[in-house]
Amino acid sequence: MTYLEYTVKRVPSGLAKVLYVNWALVVLLVAVASVGFIMLYSVAGGALRPWAEPQMQRFALGLAAMFMIAFVPIWFWRNVAALAYGVSLLLLIAVEFVGEVGMGAQRWIDLGVIRLQPSELTKITLVMALAAYYDWLDPQKISRPLWVGLAVLMVLAPAALVLSQPDLGTALLLMLGGGAVIFAAGVHWAYFASVLGLGTAAVTLVMASRGSEWQVLRDYQYRRIDAFLDPSIDPLGAGYHINQAKIALGSGGWTGRGFMQGTQSRLNFLPEKHTDFIFTTLAEEFGFVGGLSLLVLYALILIFCTASALKQRERFPALLTVGITASFFLYFAVNMAMVMGLAPVVGVPLPLVSYGGSAMMVLMGAFGLVQSAHIHRPRGRA
Amino acid sequence: MSRPPRESPETGRRMTRRLAVIGGLQAAAMGTLLFRMRHMQVEQADQFRLLADENRINMRLIPPVRGLITDRDGTVLAGNEQNYRVVVVREDAGDVGAALRRLARLIPLDPDAIAAIEAEVMEHRPFVPVTIAERLDWEEVARIAANAPALPGITPEVGLSRHYPQGEVFAHNVGYVGPVSERDLEDLDAPDPVLQIPGFQIGKIGVERHMEETLRGEAGSRRIEVNAVGRVMRELDRQDGTPGQDVRLTLDAGLQRFVNARLGGESAAGVVMDVASGDLLACASSPSFDPNLFVRGISRQDYNALLEDPYRPLADKTVQGLYPPGSTFKMVTALAALEAGEVSEEERVYCPGYMDVGGRRFHCWRRGGHGRVDMASALGESCDVYFYEMAQRAGIDRIHAMAARFGYGTAFDLPVSSVSEGLNPSREWKRARRGADWMVGDTINAAIGQGFVLGSPLQLAVMSARLASGRAVVPRLVHAIGGVEQEVPEAPPLELDPAWLRLIHRGMADVSNDRRGTAYSSRIVAPESRMAGKTGTSQVYSISAAERAAGVREQEDLPWNRRNHALFVAFAPVEAPRIAVSVVVEHGGGGSTAAAPIARDIVLQALHGGLPPLSAYPEPQRNRIETMQQELRQRLMSAAEGGTGGRDA
Repeated sequence: MTYLEYTVKRVPSGLAKVLYVNWALVVLLVAVASVGFIMLYSVAGGALRPWAEPQMQRFALGLAAMFMIAFVPIWFWRNVAALAYGVSLLLLIAVEFVGEVGMGAQRWIDLGVIRLQPSELTKITLVMALAAYYDWLDPQKISRPLWVGLAVLMVLAPAALVLSQPDLGTALLLMLGGGAVIFAAGVHWAYFASVLGLGTAAVTLVMASRGSEWQVLRDYQYRRIDAFLDPSIDPLGAGYHINQAKIALGSGGWTGRGFMQGTQSRLNFLPEKHTDFIFTTLAEEFGFVGGLSLLVLYALILIFCTASALKQRERFPALLTVGITASFFLYFAVNMAMVMGLAPVVGVPLPLVSYGGSAMMVLMGAFGLVQSAHIHRPRGRA
Repeated sequence: MSRPPRESPETGRRMTRRLAVIGGLQAAAMGTLLFRMRHMQVEQADQFRLLADENRINMRLIPPVRGLITDRDGTVLAGNEQNYRVVVVREDAGDVGAALRRLARLIPLDPDAIAAIEAEVMEHRPFVPVTIAERLDWEEVARIAANAPALPGITPEVGLSRHYPQGEVFAHNVGYVGPVSERDLEDLDAPDPVLQIPGFQIGKIGVERHMEETLRGEAGSRRIEVNAVGRVMRELDRQDGTPGQDVRLTLDAGLQRFVNARLGGESAAGVVMDVASGDLLACASSPSFDPNLFVRGISRQDYNALLEDPYRPLADKTVQGLYPPGSTFKMVTALAALEAGEVSEEERVYCPGYMDVGGRRFHCWRRGGHGRVDMASALGESCDVYFYEMAQRAGIDRIHAMAARFGYGTAFDLPVSSVSEGLNPSREWKRARRGADWMVGDTINAAIGQGFVLGSPLQLAVMSARLASGRAVVPRLVHAIGGVEQEVPEAPPLELDPAWLRLIHRGMADVSNDRRGTAYSSRIVAPESRMAGKTGTSQVYSISAAERAAGVREQEDLPWNRRNHALFVAFAPVEAPRIAVSVVVEHGGGGSTAAAPIARDIVLQALHGGLPPLSAYPEPQRNRIETMQQELRQRLMSAAEGGTGGRDA
């Protein structure tokens, strides 16, 4: 589709774009971020420093970036998708060599001005690239093995690089986010069924072989798997943290212990209380009501994004919106499951709430793309 | 540029379906999260709330204030003194080494100690106070307080520690406290949690140990909120404990101090007892030791010195020292014979200086013999032959029974350590323990308190109190607990004919009042204070024929530890006895020369409640006594000063 075709279909242009911004989504994002500010203020013992204030500045910066990206026509983003994907792959490779070690993994790359986390960036560029790929691909060929294989390769390449950092959590999120785009594009369900089936079979086989003569992995590898699945067998390490997180969450009760009254976070029993485990502070201080409220805000964001995607008549904006929405969902679902003890601790922040610059900027950029898709949707002929 | 059509109604519908599936999965996942959250926060909330509180709330015990031990008039024998110590907190001090070196200019602190403290400080979390020095005096504390700005993180603190203001005088009765040892904990079925408090001290010997529960009280507790690394954030509430109860003893501080001084560092013991109530007014074992040394942690060198001292300062000789009672046992023999009806008051026995029994010759202490003696004069002059005769008439069974009535073989229930039951031998005892039959010679020996009979100074005092009162007086040491007077049960009568007791009293009065009495030189002339007594000299070692040939004739020729023990038992005043006294001087030579003079001074001191007038002493002795009293007065005064055993707080 060309620019001409877009304009013919009355795509908003100029200042009129402002009217077509998905303002409800903006309000929701500000609301969620505000929850983050309040919690960061609380975990700092009732102080803007060291977390709440920088987080506000970053969010303001993120909002500005979002609007800038939103006002750029969506086809521009489609056209640069392949380039962006290529650049993030290169950055992922670069981080192997010049990356700074943080939290036990090579994740950061210092560009002087900002410290970049290429794996965060890749979450968006992968979705962009896949959306552009399926936009370009003839719908008739979508389910052909060759073209499916190419898409899978596009997902696996960055996932493998991220896994080698090692960052299992992000690698899984990349695969699931990419998978969501491939699924939404309409690839035959048999591929997904077989992947699911094969995966289940492989895991079953590996675990079942334990203790038998044809044991696949070594004993110590099994023990690592055990510790990964059940942190309580490692009570001094991860087990301690997840235990304290569950105590904080559970002790909140219906309405919580009150703002800044959470003993678990205030007395430092909670690990990473301002980043990955911030949800437990929320749940401790505002209880089930507080946790439910945040979950409702997240659900509304999902609903508005999905609604926007459904209205799209073009494949690229639709798939891009779906992919970003799915990634966003995976972020908070995995984080919450983690702090509730439903999933292993993999180091995934709570989107827009956890303290952290890189994730926040990337996420706001992604919502910029969603907004761009929303704004530049052709509005019928009326 | 031409491409195949991208959108068809079919592909559009498919995407909608797929989005519905994705949306459904997301909804299911969020439903699961919500369900899980509700389960934890609503159904398990109480459980997690409890865990959160367990996390943050710690109990800290507040050690109770230990009860005081006082004498019968309230003079403090064991008290609690304020103990100033100085502590350092690393996070406040910054450079701990520099702060300590500055502190070393104010209080004595050598470089090794500084290094040790620095190492200890680094072992703890930065907010944990570490003790630098203890038992500072007030001036040192003031110096530290005045220089506080130059000593960041260093603060003086005050605590309580046990203190024995009377020093060594009451070391054996009162005992001392010390840190809780593994053994102390093992001995208890359910140790009080307060014992786990670092630095907590419990009674180790004496009243401190035996009345530990009473004195200790109950710990209070503080509920405090701590953070994840254990730093105390605030106190939630506090429950004060119950202080230990004060224990008032029957002892008389002034009298015991006098007895201790009068024993004068000899290896000796002196007991003073109220004949009616059984109150122990003084119970002194000499030499003694400073219990404050043990509270502070005695050095190995000091401890070894105490252990190796031949005079055994650590032993409480009043209750655990066992001695053959010697002639002081003769009253028992006499009463056994009287009760058996084998002798009358007037009957005289001829003493040629020896008696042959069963082919063996038993000598009287006076080789020339006493001639014809009746019971009173036999006691007064301590004629052995008379009692050899009485013992044979009464027989060992009656002697054993009579000795038991006077407290031999009984470990009295006193709250002090190692109260001994002594030894009251019988036929059964000898068969069981020695595997031999009782011989008539054993009876002869027993008659004069030699052979197997053993008694402690406490038992000697009990015997004379019972002789004086005719009742089975039981010694007691505790007057009141927590201000509540302990009941004194009326002592049951011994069921001895008053006439016999009068006879014994007369004989004992003769000992120190009759010209021929063995302790006549230790008589009291003041008529209202005259005492009745009995000397005893118990043989520790028989001078062998070879030694006799080599010229060893007298006790003085023997080494100290082979000389005879000197004993004296007494009660006074003769007509209406109030107090009973026993004195044992280990290897002191003879009862009349070594023990009786001490006993007389103690009796006078006890009856007068202070140093007695010289007129109570026989005329010719007054000059000598006056000198001695002056010396004693000085010793008592220096004891009262130095005896506080430490600086004043």
